[in-house]
Amino acid sequence: MDAIFDFLFGPLKEIWAYPTFFVEVVVGGLLTGVMYSLVALGFVLIFKASGVFNFAQGAMVLSAALSFVGFTELGVPQWLAMLLTLAMMVALAFVIERVVLRPLVNQAPIILFMATIGVTFFIDGFFQMLWGEDVKRLDIGIPKDPIEIHGVLVNTFDIVAAVVAGSLVATLAFFFQSTRIGRALRAVADDHQAAQSVGIPLQTIWVIVWSVAGIVALVAGIMWGSKLGVQFSLALVALKALPVLILGGFTSIPGAIIGGLIIGVGEKVAEVFWAEKIGGGIEDWFAYILALFFLMFRPQGLFGERIIERV
Amino acid sequence: MSLYRFGSALLGAAILAAPLALPAPALAQANEQFIPSLSYRTGPFGPNGTPFADGYLDYLKMINARDGGINGVKITYEECETAYNTDRGVECYERLKAKGPTGATAIVPLSTGITYALIERTAQDKIPLLTSGYGRSDGSDGRVFPWMFTLPATYYSQMDAIVQFIKSKEGGSLKGKKISYIYHDSAFGKEPLPVIQRLSKELGFDLSEFPVPNPGVEQKAIWLRIGRQIRPNYVIMWGWGVMNPTAITEAAAVGFPRDKFIGVWWAGSEQDVTPPGDAAKGYMAANFHGTGKDYKFMRDIEANVLKPGQGTGEARHVGTVLYNRGAINAAMVVEAVRTAQERYGNKPMTGEQVRWGFENLNLNPQRLAAMGFEGFMPPLKTSCADHEGGGVVRIQQWDGKKWNWVSDWIEPNRKMLREMYEAGSAQYAKEKNIKPRDCANQS
Repeated sequence: MDAIFDFLFGPLKEIWAYPTFFVEVVVGGLLTGVMYSLVALGFVLIFKASGVFNFAQGAMVLSAALSFVGFTELGVPQWLAMLLTLAMMVALAFVIERVVLRPLVNQAPIILFMATIGVTFFIDGFFQMLWGEDVKRLDIGIPKDPIEIHGVLVNTFDIVAAVVAGSLVATLAFFFQSTRIGRALRAVADDHQAAQSVGIPLQTIWVIVWSVAGIVALVAGIMWGSKLGVQFSLALVALKALPVLILGGFTSIPGAIIGGLIIGVGEKVAEVFWAEKIGGGIEDWFAYILALFFLMFRPQGLFGERIIERV
Repeated sequence: MSLYRFGSALLGAAILAAPLALPAPALAQANEQFIPSLSYRTGPFGPNGTPFADGYLDYLKMINARDGGINGVKITYEECETAYNTDRGVECYERLKAKGPTGATAIVPLSTGITYALIERTAQDKIPLLTSGYGRSDGSDGRVFPWMFTLPATYYSQMDAIVQFIKSKEGGSLKGKKISYIYHDSAFGKEPLPVIQRLSKELGFDLSEFPVPNPGVEQKAIWLRIGRQIRPNYVIMWGWGVMNPTAITEAAAVGFPRDKFIGVWWAGSEQDVTPPGDAAKGYMAANFHGTGKDYKFMRDIEANVLKPGQGTGEARHVGTVLYNRGAINAAMVVEAVRTAQERYGNKPMTGEQVRWGFENLNLNPQRLAAMGFEGFMPPLKTSCADHEGGGVVRIQQWDGKKWNWVSDWIEPNRKMLREMYEAGSAQYAKEKNIKPRDCANQS
């Protein structure tokens, strides 16, 4: 009984005793959560528009970062490297739509999902063949020094990353809500056939949405690549987005953001205050436990669409 | 039987019998020594596996090009991609173990997971298993592990040497000091735990342990705890792949001094310090061999392999920590064959003969000079009971451009480690029902 009491309430006493440290952990979690959201956004965009869970999103993050660094290593200025990579991601979107998605129109979602697994292996292999498998340094000039704000330590890089992610979300929200293409995209998301019947070209919308997901992958790749170095493991950051998606819902952009923040804070608080009592290293799986806990109350995720199928 | 059927049967019999009728020389054993390379050039650990594999193969190519093989026996080799996966490692082993006229010379798995999976198989197939600087440390006890070789140093030796180094930096005593141990949550990261836990009790320092789940791309929570709450005097890290640059970056993010941060030798390559950039300045790591190109054997590789365009990989890997580690691994295998040939004659060696070679290695200063390894590694001598042979470790520090030595060769506490090896191997022998060899009766 004492052990259970200690496990549940011991950390709370520690939080009470060190409030500034607790705030530091929460802030660290929020800033990391924003980085998770950045990757989760790419998944949401494609799922929203086509109902496809794009397994290749992590590979797209890797390929975008590899190309960006690859161009800069060739002596191309960073702004031009960014444009060239964007062009590459759009080209990739065209190829995927033409070669993979179009032949599979009207197939079951699981078929499309399997196809994106194939796309993952292709992108991973092709871009590493193109740019090499070496670990590459990516420096975009953002300082990484720690600073203290009212006794709370934060990292400059994390703050900049949060601002970039926030701006991207605001831009995407505007794009979806207020532009013609955005409205068409939402129409496709609601009902493919209805959207086609009023003249919205499905193929074009798919290319657009995969291109936008490619742009999001580029931003995520640059931010994560600056942190970890550009290497194959970047593709694995997609795994960090999965609990975010489960929690936030697969179809909601605000869900990706709020989900990221909850997962970020939840896993950091759990790791710092509870991990020691159960052997440590709980950060990764705790994120999934947290997401599953939310699912018990909202199976569609916090902001996901409630799907009711009547038979 | 029709004439047609009779003719067909005759022709079939002739084809089947043809190999038996070949002249004797065509069936003679090829004068080749087959050395397999279990490598990983793909997957999350590919950036680290690639330079190692390049160094390994370039050294073998150099021996062929410079010396015409090992005492006239040409080296043949084949690479197999494990992707650092244990199942694929075992598959590669099974595929390559019987190749060449005498089978695989030795297996270098470059993975603690694959090592564990191959310990019994290699013993059964009579193929030496070389795990330089990884794998199970108690495999150094040759009485219980006759087919396993851990030379030139184990994780146990390394951990003891690192703690000795910290002790010397802290004025000779660690009483009341704090050390945090951050490790890859796998057999690899857990391997040296018994040593640091024992040293913590004996030397009186507070030890905090932090397992990092694979692959280690997110460590903010751990580093907040280390850098803001525990504030240890030193951090020791057992990491591999992306875990290492992430840890260095996060250490900088919480302001933990990099010159109080020491990594395992698998966290001490250029691949680990390049992504963090300036944040890695001052970071230290252990090593058991030299870095750079300023050694005779490296000049031989340059002249005999790279210049003629026979290099395995990209030129920029040459002389890096992991390239040199691949080369030293290949050199150990070559020297084991050479030692075996002194006893069995200059011909291709079988696994059993190479095992004898490994067990009787004597890389004294004269031999190291002949190998072109002067200044690259310290002398090493193995025996029936001691399959580690050396065990000395050195600490290097990253200055932003290159690694520099910041310690001399550190001799670990041999008595304590031997005791631990024997305790571990005795446990293993009991579990597997192995009767330890009597080394007094071995020739």
